[in-house]
Amino acid sequence: MGFLVKVAGLVRKDLLSELRTKEMISSMLIFAFLVIVIFAFAFEPSKATTKAVFPGIIWVGFSFAGILGLGRSFTAERENDCLLGLMLAPVDRSAIYFGKVISNFFLVTLMQVVSLPVFFVLFDYRVTAGGIGKLVIIMVMATFGFMAVGTLLAALSANARTSEILLPLILFPIIVPVVIAAVKLTAMALAGSSWGEMGMWLRMLVVYDVLFLVIPFMLFDFVLEV
Amino acid sequence: MDPKDHGRGHFALGWLALALLLVSAFAIFRYAPLEKVMLEVQKIFYVHVGVAWNAFLAFAVVCVASIAYLKTKNRRWDVLAAASAEVGLLFTTLVLLTGPVWGRFAWNTWWTWEPRLTTTLILWFIYVAYFLIRSGVAEPHRRASLSAVFGIIGFLDVPIIYFSVRLWGSHPIVLGKGGGGLHPMMLQALIITVFAYTALYVYLTQKAMAVERAKMELDEIKEGLREGAQA
Repeated sequence: MGFLVKVAGLVRKDLLSELRTKEMISSMLIFAFLVIVIFAFAFEPSKATTKAVFPGIIWVGFSFAGILGLGRSFTAERENDCLLGLMLAPVDRSAIYFGKVISNFFLVTLMQVVSLPVFFVLFDYRVTAGGIGKLVIIMVMATFGFMAVGTLLAALSANARTSEILLPLILFPIIVPVVIAAVKLTAMALAGSSWGEMGMWLRMLVVYDVLFLVIPFMLFDFVLEV
Repeated sequence: MDPKDHGRGHFALGWLALALLLVSAFAIFRYAPLEKVMLEVQKIFYVHVGVAWNAFLAFAVVCVASIAYLKTKNRRWDVLAAASAEVGLLFTTLVLLTGPVWGRFAWNTWWTWEPRLTTTLILWFIYVAYFLIRSGVAEPHRRASLSAVFGIIGFLDVPIIYFSVRLWGSHPIVLGKGGGGLHPMMLQALIITVFAYTALYVYLTQKAMAVERAKMELDEIKEGLREGAQA
């Protein structure tokens, strides 16, 4: 059985159990909506200043909701010793890592796709089709880096007594570059900048994505050892 | 290993650190000339840079010791990483405290979101998180592995954070605090101060390692008593 088949099997297992419980996606979605509502109260949506901070609002919502989902992805495996079962499975540990990254990425992207229109509607933000197209690509790149390092740290914090509070505290400082780049790029995309103008930021995101896919891949073994 | 054993030359190093700190204090306040514009306020710069340098050194040591631990699984590396991170966190705190005091006078603001300041602040958060991981995991070997993984990730993230903050910052990079270079006597005072704090760093790290070893010993004794009670 090839490596990719094993990863696909793990992804299938995660998505299937999510499809049956809808535990992660529902809590992430509700949370993202709540963020929108709270921001709408905090900042008057019709004011011009709010338009200026709109990209930031989107990413605050996405990162908080994403961390909520990430935290669940490994703590859920603790029930019935599922994590031990996974570790005993005849697969390389890195397959577990990649499987989790892909399923987390899929679920968080789904949350973003559903809640993004709500952000635009409730903040009455007008945007061009080209801007949306760019925004989607940026979202994919940023979310991938976020999930790549987030999955490793979620596995790490699942070992601690205080895993639920630990994860945001250890993950946020590490993903600062992603958040900065995502907010900047979103603002540029919505303002109608060209890809050329975004070059430096995009390159930085690519470097981050690659770096934090390779390093966790090498370190994941140590996080799961008994 | 005896927990009270602080490692080779610990006692001598303590005196060396003290002597160097006294020499550096003399160099800062008596030897180095007074800065024309900032006057005495500029003196804080020596301590600020001296501490900052060694904070980065400390975190580099954490990263190297973490890699060494994961490779060898020798607990001594974990003890070194933890001790070095502790001193590094202390030094970073000092950097963040001395910086604004200087900045208030030189830039007329306590804080600006300048790349180096922002990176230092996030660095501080990363190593606070490092200790949260250590305190959250009770089992010693697991704690050592997990904190080593985070020690490596955290350190490798620093250059990217610096780069992204620099790209983000609306402020231009404010060049070295001396502006267009330092007076040679100022530079000499700075070099002495950096070395003085390096000696202090090594001294404190040895102390912290001894404390860490004592904790480990205590845990083993407790474990032994528990097993004895059960038997």
